[in-house]
Amino acid sequence: MLGKTAGGLFWMSRQLERSENTARMIETGQRIALTRGSDSDGEWASILRTAAVSAGHAQKYETATRENAIDWMLRDKDNPSSVLCSVETARNNARMVRTALTHESWEAVNAAYLKIKDLLSRRVSERDLPQVLSAIRQRSAFVRGAMHGTLLRNDIYDFIRIGTFMERADNTARILDVKYYVLLPMASSVGSRLDNVQWETILRSVSAEGGYRMTHGHKIRPREIAQFLLLDKRMPRSLNFCCSKIRANLSYLASDYGQQLDSHARIDTLCRRFMSHDIDAIFDYGLHEYIQDFLAALADLSRQIEIDYRFYE
Amino acid sequence: MTEYFDEMWGLTGQTRAPYKKFSDWFDGEQPARLRAKQREAEELFRLTGITFNVYGREEAEERLIPFDIIPRVISAREWKKLSKGIDQRVRAINAFLDDIYHRQEIIRAGRIPGEMIEKNEAYLPHMIGVRPPGGIYTHIVGIDLVRTDEDTFYVLEDNARTPSGVSYMLENRETMLQMFPELFSQTRVQPVSGYPRALQQSLAACAPEGCNGPPTVAVLTPGIYNAAYYEHSFLADKMGVELVEGSDLRIVDGHVAMRTTRGYQPIDVLYRRIDDDFLDPLNFNPDSMLGVPGIMDVYRAGRITIANAPGGGISDDKAIYSYMPEIVEFYTGEKAILENVPTWRCNEPDSLKYVLDNLKDLVVKEVHGSGGYGMLIGPTSSKKELAAFESKLRARPNNYIAQPTLSLSTVPIFTKSGLAPRHVDLRPYVLVSPDGVNITPGGLTRVALKKGSLVVNSSQGGGTKDTWVLED
Repeated sequence: MLGKTAGGLFWMSRQLERSENTARMIETGQRIALTRGSDSDGEWASILRTAAVSAGHAQKYETATRENAIDWMLRDKDNPSSVLCSVETARNNARMVRTALTHESWEAVNAAYLKIKDLLSRRVSERDLPQVLSAIRQRSAFVRGAMHGTLLRNDIYDFIRIGTFMERADNTARILDVKYYVLLPMASSVGSRLDNVQWETILRSVSAEGGYRMTHGHKIRPREIAQFLLLDKRMPRSLNFCCSKIRANLSYLASDYGQQLDSHARIDTLCRRFMSHDIDAIFDYGLHEYIQDFLAALADLSRQIEIDYRFYE
Repeated sequence: MTEYFDEMWGLTGQTRAPYKKFSDWFDGEQPARLRAKQREAEELFRLTGITFNVYGREEAEERLIPFDIIPRVISAREWKKLSKGIDQRVRAINAFLDDIYHRQEIIRAGRIPGEMIEKNEAYLPHMIGVRPPGGIYTHIVGIDLVRTDEDTFYVLEDNARTPSGVSYMLENRETMLQMFPELFSQTRVQPVSGYPRALQQSLAACAPEGCNGPPTVAVLTPGIYNAAYYEHSFLADKMGVELVEGSDLRIVDGHVAMRTTRGYQPIDVLYRRIDDDFLDPLNFNPDSMLGVPGIMDVYRAGRITIANAPGGGISDDKAIYSYMPEIVEFYTGEKAILENVPTWRCNEPDSLKYVLDNLKDLVVKEVHGSGGYGMLIGPTSSKKELAAFESKLRARPNNYIAQPTLSLSTVPIFTKSGLAPRHVDLRPYVLVSPDGVNITPGGLTRVALKKGSLVVNSSQGGGTKDTWVLED
């Protein structure tokens, strides 16, 4: 496989995952706005931070409002991580790696792009927002389904999966990074109504409410939330889950190619360093510091994969 | 008013034999259903991404080439004659190129003036004395044909560089099969779907001599913003080979190699979809970012096959075109089966006299012109324009050729008010390797969608049709 193709697959799946995550975050923000009423604008600033798009937004708008935050995250061409831009980049990457994809996978990506481009061709009204967001998530699911059902489990699939889980781990970690303070033991002892909303927000933004309930019951507690999002082995958006998938796919590549490279050592270290402690040890270390370190290690791994598999040179 | 030969209805309005079955089927269809099918076809094309890029337009950057659902039908008998002629012509072109870059017997024999070659921009001195692997210059050729009556086809143009459009030929058929399966069970149409496999085999058969084991083939594209990118990725995909850009390639140990996830891997046959000029910044245009520095040196050392061979443009040049009957005869010893459009070379006194006497009936073109510039269309020009052109002709006769205005055949298209005849041309696709010449039955039919228009180019609103060659 061409190095360029590996890079294209990796970025295609990262961008697709990103568009879906952004849609989910907007959904969460909208939900808070509806349940909390007038003082929700502050929440949009935090949502923008979670999506790592607040700097660009601040350049364009003085304050974050519901309207301008949603428009920025959904369809602003100046925001490279807006849903529209992500899907467009994903599709351009898919075009570049067209020969590595099955007909069905390519068609699913292309159809997602055409549909989402059409839905986002004008400002989305509050009334249409739920349908638009659900269409975005649905299109993403179609793509995943087409790939899951038709692609060979070879290096092509490995690079796609690695891209997906890199982006997902990054996303979950960023949500926690923005919201870590509401999970700290000090704040949680009170358990005010406000805290409950925040905790719910965190779970919602990673589609984990149901999963949490099945695992930890109806009581939403910060320690369990942190445990669930960081370390749970079955929760498909937890850091532990994402890392084990990255590790698995990297190891398939290693055995396929018969090559142990630096990125393999790095993912092993990353897993050992971040996934082998219990949640209390993490709180003792400092949740914020832990997440910061994790994000840095993840970015480092991403760069190493680029080098090892010759994405660019 | 000229009467045009219609391929479905002839000159008399009676349905011609090859169209009988289709015509019966069509008469039994509801126009509303067909209109829905037409829209469905467009949806299929859009979804598959069969688009071409238009530069400099942000919104409409990817456009569909309009597809018309009425097939163009050619009988087995008609095709047999055509393919014989194409086979002969393509062999002659290949022999001509080999001769031009070696002994130039055709010039020594006085059949073509030497200045036609040496002064030609398409002549590539880098190729003098170079014999490509397998002796093949034109691996992929498109021969543009037009028809004027029941029995007459003319070659309008040869495309011996990088003819495009074959993906439309294939996708048009796929679309028709999906939309009207019943048509194909009623009528036996020769398949075209074998093309990608034939292309792969044909290219592999041209691998350099030193290549051991199955040759590594790759398609070289300028990238995703190129107008024909869809076709490049389509062909690479269907052949199961890598689609590379210049930035993926470099010279490693005297071979052209591509950067893979496991290091550099040598390429044996490169089907390039970029022009000669961009192929090698060290040997040609130094500003080219699309090619591979040094590839011409590897090529001359016989370590890679470039398809088509550089320098092939000398054979499909407009000035050379008028010599094609002589070229075919010189190299095959036979009279050309396919006719050239009669062409008067104005540098020959007798021809010039004829052209001047009949200017109002002729089309006069500049030898090196293209895209319709500097051209005179006699029948539609005023007396003043004719007079002005006459003095240009007298001043520089070498610069011009003249041809009669052809009455191009028509095939109906499906319009809101039913079937309506429109002018068409045909581009069959031909593969050449040491194993022989392979011609896919049919080709790409381009159709002018505007009434009366003779312009079939997609850039100017032309569309395409599925082309059927019937089984015997």
